[in-house]
Amino acid sequence: MKHTTEQELFAYREGEMKRRQTIAAHLQECGECREELERIEEVFRAFNAMPAPDPGAEYGAKVWRQIANRLPEHRPERPPERGANWWRAWFAPRRLMAVGVAVVLLALAFYAGRRTSPKPGGDEIADASKIRERVLLVAVGEHLGKSEMILMELSNAQPAEDGKKLINISTAQKRAEDLVEENRLYRQTALEGGDNAIANTLDELQRVLLDVANSPAEVTPVQFESIQKRIAAQGILLKVRVVRQELRAESEGKKTEPAQSDSTPKARNKA
Amino acid sequence: MGDAFGGYDAGGISDAAAVERTLAGEREAYRVLVERHSAYVYRVAYRMTGNSHDAEEVVQEAFLRAYQKLQQFAGNANFGTWVYRIAANYAIDRLRQKKNEDARREVAPRAAEDESEIDPLEKLKDTAPSPERLAGSAQLARKMKEALDTLTPAERTAIVMRHWDGCGIEEIAEVLKSNSSAAKNTVFRAVQKLRQALKPFAEGRGAAKAVGTEL
Repeated sequence: MKHTTEQELFAYREGEMKRRQTIAAHLQECGECREELERIEEVFRAFNAMPAPDPGAEYGAKVWRQIANRLPEHRPERPPERGANWWRAWFAPRRLMAVGVAVVLLALAFYAGRRTSPKPGGDEIADASKIRERVLLVAVGEHLGKSEMILMELSNAQPAEDGKKLINISTAQKRAEDLVEENRLYRQTALEGGDNAIANTLDELQRVLLDVANSPAEVTPVQFESIQKRIAAQGILLKVRVVRQELRAESEGKKTEPAQSDSTPKARNKA
Repeated sequence: MGDAFGGYDAGGISDAAAVERTLAGEREAYRVLVERHSAYVYRVAYRMTGNSHDAEEVVQEAFLRAYQKLQQFAGNANFGTWVYRIAANYAIDRLRQKKNEDARREVAPRAAEDESEIDPLEKLKDTAPSPERLAGSAQLARKMKEALDTLTPAERTAIVMRHWDGCGIEEIAEVLKSNSSAAKNTVFRAVQKLRQALKPFAEGRGAAKAVGTEL
């Protein structure tokens, strides 16, 4: 069979479905193309290894000092007139996704609300916000649970069995792909809620999930070991477990205790 | 965190509430958004522009533009993603403008450029201990930086968005003002160019690994 082209290998690595089976079958047989794929992988490894400088904890305050005096020149514009195409915005993919997430959260909130028995004599308002927070805690907890499972499966798998030339990680890869977008949204929600500890863990998790999601469905033993090493090097499994346990404990606490004035994100950030 | 100033606690109010209050005329509420999202926008801007000076300018401009267009945000999904998109758009404009200026001035090769700036990549050279592996990483990082500088603004933006930040092709196409298939090709071209530039170095390492494992 003819060798695969660079573009085909790249598309295969990107998870494209066109000619996927044929390319996978060819890679099983052809050491030359496997090496070529490995060389493409090297470029991504080098790219991902580029240091991302940390501007420091005070950077946000610095930016504010730099722009605060210039804000009046950039006074917020008046709201745009609603033209004939305003409805298009409602069907933009990102908006649809956000609506989808909101629907899921609302459904969860409804479910959680049904499970929380009303307290005689009040605290309904505090309870409503507690329920919402608990729903998010439960949702993030579940998300972390799913991520943990994938990472554990990959970490514990045998790198190469029976002299196989390619290892199929398509199931883990597909699941990681699904979790990447979810992870971004939760990370954003955590940031918006000021929960920096969770946001940081989700940030690290994002890198690992992306690594897995962007891997080819079948990897060489070298690539597989490299994925395992990256998971181990970040210590992400442990971090995910710790945060998940904290969330579970917190969520259990919210189920049984009355509303507390202390904000939990702050407590987590301190920790 | 929870650093309180002027009555605003950065950890205390949501982005949506901060946007609402800013639009209602409380300029200080915007501070919460700036403090919360600056570091992330900076890291992305750094990857796109390749140096901290330009990255800082992208961050400032992104927040100024976001402030100006805040009304348009009101109905959107989340502020972080929105300001990220504004930063990516500005970064690509700035990269294009710089390329044009460079072409006009016919400046000398890049080696002499930005000497005054302490680049985090350069720090690797000094801070890394002697083992060969780390020296190799620093060398590779420098090569990668040079290789990234050879990309067009669109290619650089596309590969950073796709492979560093995990953005979807549609999102990249929107920033590049093109369609999905063109955006996909732009990412591929970027990878191809990086590969070409890193060939002697990366393929040597790849070959070494293959030799070590495929017995």
